Amino acid sequence: MSNLPIAKAITAGLEAAMTKDDRVLLMGEDIGQLGGVFRVTEGLKAKFGASRVMDTPLAESGIIGTAIGLALNGYRPVCEIQFDGFIFPAFNQITTQLAKLTNRLEGAGNLPIVIRVPYGGHIGAVEHHQESPEAYFAHTPGLKLVSPSTANDAYWMIQQAIESNDPVMFFEPKSKYWTKGEVSLNTPTHQLHKTVVAREGEHVTVLGHGAMVHVLLQAAGLAQSEGISLEVLDLRSLSPIDYLPILRSVSKTGRLVVAQEAPGFVSIGSEIAATVTEQAFYSLDAPVLRVSGFDVPFPPAKLEKLYLPDADRVLEAVDRALAF
Amino acid sequence: MEYPEPLSVLDAQGNYDPNRAPAELRPYLDELGLDKLKQFFADMYITRVFDKDASNLQRQGQLGLWIPSQGQEAVQVAAAYASRPDDYIFPAYREHAIARIRGIDPFDILRWLRGNTHGGWDPKKHNFHIYTVVIGAHALHATGYAMGINLDREKDPSVDKAVMVFYGDGATSQGDTNEAMIFAASYKTPQVFVVQNNQWAISVPVTVQSKTPIYLRAQGFGIPSWQIDGNDVMVSYALAKHALNSARNGGGPQFIEAVTYRQGAHTSSDDPTKYEDPEMRAEWLEKDPIKRLEIYLRAQGVEEEFFTALDAEAKEYAAGIRARLIALGAPETSTMFRNVYSEYHPVTEAQEKWLADYEASFEVEI
Repeated sequence: MSNLPIAKAITAGLEAAMTKDDRVLLMGEDIGQLGGVFRVTEGLKAKFGASRVMDTPLAESGIIGTAIGLALNGYRPVCEIQFDGFIFPAFNQITTQLAKLTNRLEGAGNLPIVIRVPYGGHIGAVEHHQESPEAYFAHTPGLKLVSPSTANDAYWMIQQAIESNDPVMFFEPKSKYWTKGEVSLNTPTHQLHKTVVAREGEHVTVLGHGAMVHVLLQAAGLAQSEGISLEVLDLRSLSPIDYLPILRSVSKTGRLVVAQEAPGFVSIGSEIAATVTEQAFYSLDAPVLRVSGFDVPFPPAKLEKLYLPDADRVLEAVDRALAF
Repeated sequence: MEYPEPLSVLDAQGNYDPNRAPAELRPYLDELGLDKLKQFFADMYITRVFDKDASNLQRQGQLGLWIPSQGQEAVQVAAAYASRPDDYIFPAYREHAIARIRGIDPFDILRWLRGNTHGGWDPKKHNFHIYTVVIGAHALHATGYAMGINLDREKDPSVDKAVMVFYGDGATSQGDTNEAMIFAASYKTPQVFVVQNNQWAISVPVTVQSKTPIYLRAQGFGIPSWQIDGNDVMVSYALAKHALNSARNGGGPQFIEAVTYRQGAHTSSDDPTKYEDPEMRAEWLEKDPIKRLEIYLRAQGVEEEFFTALDAEAKEYAAGIRARLIALGAPETSTMFRNVYSEYHPVTEAQEKWLADYEASFEVEI
C-alpha cells in the first residue's frame, strides 16, 4: 500500500506500464523536461529518455495523428492533451481516423492508443481550461472512455487503458489531482469498464464520475445527517456504460439522480437516464433526474461555483426525487 | 515572380536528355534500361485501361463512385518502383497504379467504391496503407509511422526503411499536412512527401491553394524539396529513388512536387465541363505521360507486337476484374458490427443480436 495523490498515482501507473512494455511511449506538450503542466509525467523522461517521453510540437492534431502512425508501426502511444478545451484541434483525427481505423482494417490491425485528458472545473482557470467534453467522444463508436475518481483507480485504470488494444480516452479529474488516497500496488481491484458502489445506501442512488464522485460522497454525508441514505455509484467507465450495477442499485432504491459537470443537453447523464427508464421502468418510484452544468459556455471562473453542481444541487434533486 | 520549369528529362515529344538532370540523379537514370522502361510502360498502360473500365462500371451502376487516376500514372509507377518492398506507403485515394504494383488486387479498390467495405486489404501484407478520404489526414499517420522507424533504428541500427506519403495540391492547404511536415522535420523522419499537383482540387485551381510553387513551401519547414514534371516517368523514378535514399540514410524528410494533370474528373460525381478551360486541357493531353514514353520506346526499337500484346493483356485484365465485380454480392449484415472494437464490447454485441432477431422475425415459416 502507498498513499498517493491522484496525479502521482497516474505517474506511477505510467511508469509501471512503460517498465512492463517498451513499446509504450508518452507524447504531448511540455511532458518531457517540465513533466507536464500538472507534473503527471514528472521524472519519466529522466528514467525512460526523450525517445519514449516526447515533448511534441505544439499541435494537438499532430500528436494524435502521429500517434496513429506509431500505433500502426507497433507502438503503444499514450498522448497527453494539456487541457480539455484543447482537444478540439485533434477532434478530426480522433473521430474520423482513430475511432474508425480498427473497423476499416477489418481485423488486420488495431489502435492501442490512450489519450489522457485533464478535464473539468473547480480550478478557477481561464476559458478552455475547465471543460467536460466527454459526450462528444462517447457519441463516437470505436472509442472507449474512462474516468477514475480515486488514486487507486487512477493507478490501475491507466495501466488497464494502456493494455487495451482499442483507443481509450482517459479523463483525469484535474481538480482532484492532489487528493490523496491509498493505492494497492499488488492487484487491480476492478476491471476497467466496471461501475462500482462507492458508498452503500437505501433511499436514492446518485451516480457520477471523476471529481463528481467526491461531490456525491459529500452529499451523502450531509443527507445522512437528515436521515436520508444515498447510494453512491462511481461510473468509472463512460463508454461502454456498465449498466448492471446501476440497474441493481435502482431496483433497490427506486430513485436515480445522475450528476455531471458537463452541460446536460445530449450528455452522458441523458443517455443513462433514458436507458435506466427503458430497462428499470417498474423499479422506478420517480423519474430519473439529471444534475448538470448549465447549457451555456463554461462561465468565467468567478461564476464557476454557481455553474458546477455541488452537494446542495445534488441534494435539491434528491429531494425532488423523494417527493414523488 | 518567374519560377524555373519543373525538372524533366523526357519531354512531351518523347525526347530523352539526361543532361537536364542534376548530377546526383544520373546514377538512378542510368538504372533505366529498356526492360525496366517497358515494365513501367506496361504498368501505366494496364492501370489506365483498368481505370477507364472502372469509370464505365460506375456509369453502368456497378460502382457508387469512381476516382480516376488517368494522367497521373507516371509519377505513381515511378515512385512505386523506386521504393523498396519494405518501405511503407501511405496513399491518398487515387494511387491505383502504386496499389497494383504493391500487389493489391484492384478488385479490392472497386469493392470499396461499390460499397462493400471501408478498407479492402491488409496494409501490413503490402506495406501499403488503406486509402484515406479525409483530405491530408494520413500525412500525419505517415510521419508517425516514420517516427516509429526511427525508434526501431535506436534498437537496431540496421533498420533503413523509409515511408512515402502521397497527397494532392488541395491537401497542401490542410492543417494536418503542414503539421505532418513540422513533426517530420522536428523528429527528422525517414520519409518522402510526394504531392501530385494535378492542378485541381475538384473544381478549384491550384492557384487558390498556393501563390508560390508548392515545393518551395517545404523549404520553409527545413525540408529539402524539388519540383518535377510528374508526367516524366524517368525523372520521377530518379528523384523518388534519390529522395528515398536520402531519407533512409539519415537525411530526414524530403519533399517532391510532381506537376501533373488530372485528365479525368475528380470523381464520377464531378463535371469538369463547368470549370475546366478546354485549351488548358488540350495542352495537358499533349503532355500525356503514356504517349511520350511510347514515342521513346518505339524510337528505341521496341516493336509493334509489344504494344498490341500489352493492349490485349490489359483488356483481358480489366475484363477479369469486371466479371468478378458484377458477380459480387452484398456483404454479410454482421460485418457492420465486426472490428468496431478489437475486444468484446457489450453494445455492438447486443445490437448485432437485436438486428439478427429483428431480421429473422420477417422470415415466414413454410
